[in-house]
Amino acid sequence: MTGTHLGMPAFPAVAPAFPAAAREAVRDEVLRANLRHATHTIRDKRRRAVAELADWDRLRAAGKAVKDHTLRHLDRYLLQLDAAVTAAGGTVHWAADADEANRIVTDLVRATGEREVVKVKSMATQEIGLNEALEEAGIAAYETDLAELIVQLGHDRPSHILVPAIHRNRAEIRDIFRAEMGGWGRPAPEPLGDDPRELAEAARLHLREKFLRAKVAVSGANFMVAETGTMVVFESEGNGRMCLTLPETLISVVGIEKVVPTFRDLEIFLQTLPRSSTAERMNPYTTMWTGTTDGDGPSAFHLVLLDNGRTDTLADPTGRQALRCIRCSACLNVCPVYERAGGHAYGSVYPGPIGAILSPQLRGTGSAIDASLPYASTLCGACYEVCPVAIDIPEVLVHLRERVAQGGPVTRGGVRVTLRPADGRTAERAAMRAARLLLDRPGALRAAERLLARARRLAPRTLPGAGRGWTDSRELPTVAAESFRDWWARERSDPR
Amino acid sequence: MRAALFVTCVNDALYPRTGIAVVRLLERLGVDVDFPAAQSCCGQPQYNTGYRYETEPLLRRTARAFDGYPYVVTPSGSCAAMIREHYPRIGRKAAEEGRGGELAAAAASLAPRVYELTEFLVDVLGVTDVGAYFPHTVTYHPSCHGLRALGLGDRPRRLLAAVKGLDLVELPGAEECCGFGGTFAVKNLDVSTAMGADKIAAAAGTGARVLCGADNSCLAHLDGLLRRADSPMRTLHLAEILAATEEEPLP
Repeated sequence: MTGTHLGMPAFPAVAPAFPAAAREAVRDEVLRANLRHATHTIRDKRRRAVAELADWDRLRAAGKAVKDHTLRHLDRYLLQLDAAVTAAGGTVHWAADADEANRIVTDLVRATGEREVVKVKSMATQEIGLNEALEEAGIAAYETDLAELIVQLGHDRPSHILVPAIHRNRAEIRDIFRAEMGGWGRPAPEPLGDDPRELAEAARLHLREKFLRAKVAVSGANFMVAETGTMVVFESEGNGRMCLTLPETLISVVGIEKVVPTFRDLEIFLQTLPRSSTAERMNPYTTMWTGTTDGDGPSAFHLVLLDNGRTDTLADPTGRQALRCIRCSACLNVCPVYERAGGHAYGSVYPGPIGAILSPQLRGTGSAIDASLPYASTLCGACYEVCPVAIDIPEVLVHLRERVAQGGPVTRGGVRVTLRPADGRTAERAAMRAARLLLDRPGALRAAERLLARARRLAPRTLPGAGRGWTDSRELPTVAAESFRDWWARERSDPR
Repeated sequence: MRAALFVTCVNDALYPRTGIAVVRLLERLGVDVDFPAAQSCCGQPQYNTGYRYETEPLLRRTARAFDGYPYVVTPSGSCAAMIREHYPRIGRKAAEEGRGGELAAAAASLAPRVYELTEFLVDVLGVTDVGAYFPHTVTYHPSCHGLRALGLGDRPRRLLAAVKGLDLVELPGAEECCGFGGTFAVKNLDVSTAMGADKIAAAAGTGARVLCGADNSCLAHLDGLLRRADSPMRTLHLAEILAATEEEPLP
């Protein structure tokens, strides 16, 4: 292996809080333009694709109901799945956290004697930092999804669940291909323009070499069917089909919330997932496999069931709805905050509104970024409106804000603990309390309003402290000479 | 018909003219308006920032202030959504935490009686032409909580379209959030400002001189940006346009 850095840089252990990270993105004009163009295009297409189905609301309700039912009986369905996969010739491994999952996969690859794997785009393996773990063990992991390839070649981080290179435009992609492909395998053809077809062809030629050579593939899965042990991968490019059929060994790392009870349940998600994610009636490739079949596809199949904070999330009655997520990314595409801040600001492989409720639950609210994510939203509700499994993201955001601001009960590592309020909120807490005390005493409120009205000509152009967040970009509202309450008392309370 | 005005704390202190407009408008339509002085803030800033316990006394106060009124009308989609959507949640959580059913009962009693102004006009009074006169070009920004939490739909636009002399122009990307978001506006200043800047640019592109809304907190954010940019566009609450007549034009 060459000295080329093959791993996708993991998200920094100490990510800055969301507002600071977003500030950089907001000022990056190219990034803003790329994101605006891409999100608005997908957003409009999704709206049209969804509008075609007269029973969309019922499909949405059905998807929610299936997921809720499964989560309520998750223990039973996971055991059923384990038995079905095993009976079909697969091997099931259970991983409590990222380290355990990485160790299992690394050992499985080592046991084959191979030094490289091809990968199908997978959020779960990104969540656990599998590429970095494999790299440390001297195993090269090649991403084969076009956008993931762009991200990997660019030593970059994904910024979107479905379109990880959404922050890149064509010219940037061409430059990355020309500079980096040669160090990884087949170089980009010369000359290379920035026409999408040319770029896709360059990627196709580069990847083909890897598909034909690889003996081991690593994937995730969109769904796992408990009754049959069937794994399901939805994709658009055909790279998944290559990885899932050509190699001798297939290892799938899947979050435990991805299970559905019956094959028939897929009927719902086959309709809602493609329309919500790529705005297609049907995705180009849906690959399903059940264990192993002699002479057809991989001869060894390993399923690594990943917990990594999911059981803890399941313990929370309000927060658990985040586990219904099918990773369609419709919420990212409609989110006005994501559109301006970009995916990297969320400091996680799960950006956007769903990331803002998943990361602080899977990882806890202990870090600066995780404590700031629940606040990275105006609560405008656009995400809830488009979610195909009806996750009330604003409700969970406010719930997690409570966890940060007030503390309260939470489950970590299977143990129920009571969190204290996050650090650095003394002033905010005092202000909220003072405001409440004032607002709960109309007499005092009236006096304060009068004081404010009398001092209104002295209103400063800039406010101190947290108030600076207002006056840095906006003028203050003018305080009225007379409050409504005083007007009413003067005009209406007198006997007429 | 008797109705209580829930003016909201923002309007009370900063935009009394919106409250006065609601009073004039409703009285013109034959409603007997009362202003229970015990009211203050619905607690939305506290609740949405994560301080649910600080919200509870305000829930209790608001419910008590409007006890007995068949209709509670408020010129804010956001505050109406707070009462209708979040008060029952706060009540349920208090009960789950073993603190009794008092808050849940207060929420359940108040929530169905609360109407955002345009709901009250269109659904309860059954009017869209309120006899208003406003000879200006206006564009309308539907604030998110009115649009998505309450589902106000085209009620505000129907009311505006019926105003004599008013030329209503569509705001491109109207359903997109303006970036206010309560404490979001100060906690995430940069994103909030970027969203607001896009919103006022879209409004300016319509050629309208008036950017109308039904939530003064969103309008305070947009107005602050417009004035910082020395824009000739002004923001105006829907109630003030609907209150204006040929005899009594907007002051």
